[in-house]
Amino acid sequence: MRAMVYRGPYKIRVEEKDLPRVEHPNDAIVRVTTAAICGSDLHLYHGLMPDTRVGSTFGHEFVGVVHDIGPSVRNLAVGDRVMVPFNIYCGTCFFCARGLYSNCHNVNPNATAVGGIYGYSHTTGGYDGGQAEYVRVPFADVGPTIVPDWMDEEDAVLCTDALATGYFGAQLADIVEGDVVVVFGAGPVGLFAARSAWLMGAGRVIVVDHLDDRLEMARTFAYAETVNFTQHKDIVVEMKRTTGWLGADRVIDAVGAEADGNLLQHVTGAKLKLQGGSPIALNWAIDSVRKGGTVSVMGAYGPIFSAVKFGDAMNKGLTLRMNQAPVKRQWPRLFEHMRSGYLKPNDIVTHRIPLEHIAEGYHIFSAKLDGCIKPLVVPGAA
Amino acid sequence: MPYTADKPPLAETPEQLRARIPGWGADLDPADRPSYPREVRGLETGAHWDLPEQQQERQPRERSIEHARLTPVFGTSVPLKGLSGVVRRFAYQRFSEGRAAHWLLLIGADRVDAVESHLASFATTRPDNPVTETGVLAEPSHHPLRSRAGRVDVRHQVLDPLVVVGPWVLSGVVIYRGVRAVVRQARSWGP
Repeated sequence: MRAMVYRGPYKIRVEEKDLPRVEHPNDAIVRVTTAAICGSDLHLYHGLMPDTRVGSTFGHEFVGVVHDIGPSVRNLAVGDRVMVPFNIYCGTCFFCARGLYSNCHNVNPNATAVGGIYGYSHTTGGYDGGQAEYVRVPFADVGPTIVPDWMDEEDAVLCTDALATGYFGAQLADIVEGDVVVVFGAGPVGLFAARSAWLMGAGRVIVVDHLDDRLEMARTFAYAETVNFTQHKDIVVEMKRTTGWLGADRVIDAVGAEADGNLLQHVTGAKLKLQGGSPIALNWAIDSVRKGGTVSVMGAYGPIFSAVKFGDAMNKGLTLRMNQAPVKRQWPRLFEHMRSGYLKPNDIVTHRIPLEHIAEGYHIFSAKLDGCIKPLVVPGAA
Repeated sequence: MPYTADKPPLAETPEQLRARIPGWGADLDPADRPSYPREVRGLETGAHWDLPEQQQERQPRERSIEHARLTPVFGTSVPLKGLSGVVRRFAYQRFSEGRAAHWLLLIGADRVDAVESHLASFATTRPDNPVTETGVLAEPSHHPLRSRAGRVDVRHQVLDPLVVVGPWVLSGVVIYRGVRAVVRQARSWGP
């Protein structure tokens, strides 16, 4: 089969790989029909995530058709069209039994600090991902869901991570009616978080970024006010000013490790990999929220320590909430919102890239060329 | 205003927001939010086991020493190999995830892996090609200047080519100097 393969920082190519096989009785093999590149894939691409091995295939957002199943699979059959959450999880461990699917204890031997994720380094279990023609899907009776007939393929792939993560991020912010919500980052997760904040009754939603294309999308797709932080000498002061000098009630970090920051932050985080990413957006969030407010962290960071302003968080009495999204818990309600016309996820898709051209796709996304916000990957489309 | 008990008034009423924004307030009630509360018991997951069957361990599988056992299911994408494999195995066997050494060794092994793999690729019919593999060939057709105009992060993007191309140039210089030294030595031994 053809598959995207990591060759070292900033380098990937498409190679011929062996078809994945059933390795556990509850495995399925899925033929991928559409995948996506996630902003967090860029952490891998840039070599930020420890134990990212040359030869591995990325991709944790994908939909496809069941090609093969293991002997204990009951809920799926060959030929089913399925959407697969980015979380790999068993459904019965201490954490899954409490709904913490993203924190499953039975799928990642490499680390206890993170659950299992497709195509996201050995630190999340060493599974190949879906930027390929075929992918192994463990616990096929637990994770995948048959795509509803009414759902568009591109909407389905966005449900596997970005939409569910943004919606979950807004929930973690504990929004009550009339809250002022600030979202740092107008990438896919930030856009979906901003849109979700309205569902929860926000009185005002402000999206902060520096890319004009993305801020335009925040205005049109997410109905948000926007602030370009490069147009302000100090974004924290601007956030205070625009909130009547109180600070926002809730702030969502939808940036994560790829924040550019100053030269020191950029070099130690992005280049030398000596931080789990540059925490500048998280620090802005901590300083922009009001005392007693909530910061919801959806941005992904690596496991290495990051220089976070924890003293401010403590002294301001903040509630910091965060997790990888337990995707499948979000789906029933998200599906209702989609059917009601409240959400149309694929409005944010900007690029559709054949798998054979995925190296160019990563570069376009990483360098943010051509207003790239959300690129999809289509196997067999070259 | 900020130093009194009142919050600054909002520009729009709930009615105005509901009229302007599709679905405004649909999840006002926390009970409608699927992750509220975050931990709940009794969710239907589709699992039909108490403890999943154990996936066969076809070759020794590294694991965190914070785990009591090899997890029932695990990935098999790229088994340990080479010098990077030695470093990674050491990091897993010796240090918990709580130790910086664990992660720094793994990051170091990633760099070793890249070098090993680049060198190994030269012994294959498909050597690594930093031009095609970095995707920079997409630049001319995707508005490289207009896309970057006025962007604050561009100042640091100039470091990217250094990170990507630098090791290749450095390797080339080292190899050239090595070959030149060998040739000179050979000539000095000549007739």
